[in-house]
Amino acid sequence: MSEFLGDWHALGVLLIAGVIPNQIWRMLGLWFGGGLDEGSELLIWVRAVATAILAGVIAQILVQPPGALASVPGFLRYGSVVAGFVAFMLARRSIFAGVACGEIVMLAGKWWLG
Amino acid sequence: MLLPPLDSPQWNSSLRAFAWGMRSVGWTILAAVLFATYLGIGALAHDSGFSLAWTLLSTLLVWAGPAQIIVITTLGSGATILQAALAVTMSAVRLFPMVVSVLPLMRTEKTKRRELILAAHFTAVTLWVECHRFLPQVPRERRIAFVHGLGTGLLCVSLCANAIGFLLAANLSRTLGSAILLLTPLAFLFSTARNSKEIADVLALVLGLLFYPLAALMDSGLDILVSGVAAGSVAYGVHRLRERA
Repeated sequence: MSEFLGDWHALGVLLIAGVIPNQIWRMLGLWFGGGLDEGSELLIWVRAVATAILAGVIAQILVQPPGALASVPGFLRYGSVVAGFVAFMLARRSIFAGVACGEIVMLAGKWWLG
Repeated sequence: MLLPPLDSPQWNSSLRAFAWGMRSVGWTILAAVLFATYLGIGALAHDSGFSLAWTLLSTLLVWAGPAQIIVITTLGSGATILQAALAVTMSAVRLFPMVVSVLPLMRTEKTKRRELILAAHFTAVTLWVECHRFLPQVPRERRIAFVHGLGTGLLCVSLCANAIGFLLAANLSRTLGSAILLLTPLAFLFSTARNSKEIADVLALVLGLLFYPLAALMDSGLDILVSGVAAGSVAYGVHRLRERA
């Protein structure tokens, strides 16, 4: 059971670092909805920073991979993302094509490396 | 799409509307994307050292994929709580305009604010897209119940995927485990690329990918924030320059 729950400290951290900073924006939207211009300059900047933070996290998973992904050599990790991106563009921006191609290249490369 | 016509007696009860909302999950390709994403998040949480309960609670209470992978990767790599919270809150600002634009679709003159709390909680990119698709086919007074059903259905899909991903990462060979972990960067990269239509968004995505390794070299403990704010601001600057030109 304790393995399922983990420690209480981690659950507290989830609340402070994950739940509250995320939910605050939904509740603000609920309370102050209306009178917001979606094309306002501030929102364009915020959206750009949010996109770049997510891009940074994607890069972090690839550059400093967690757990099992660390067993895949760097060139293969980057190579499979590039291959996936080419498939994504060729298939007219199909998320499925990109993910499938990236996965296949990674698995094929791992199998080939032995 | 097989929803009953607007004047059908099917819409007379809220419970029925809730059930139709849940059933609609089966008619959206985005549910499959969500499944793959949460499979990856479950595996990522396992390999970053979090418990299964923690992982499921994060999906239930945060209900936003980007925020969840930010919490998992930053905390998992030893960043401070403050850094994680700042990065999450920047990523979550986009929920504000989503909530503002989606709630009017289900509001009637009699709707009280507290009746919309759960719908606001369920609002994330998937629900937002599907509301615009489905809600015109749902009578206005049943839309909140329908959205509650749709959100509950999407949440169930994600929780199952989470548990499966977590258990697979715990039990699979390293090769298959790494394939599941790779789902997260691939799914987020391509879904973000697909949603990036403005020059500022495209540049922010490309620069964000390139700036992170540079920021990581400085090893300031604020890598994600430094690279995100820098890349996002440069992208915004380019957008301003083009507007003026």
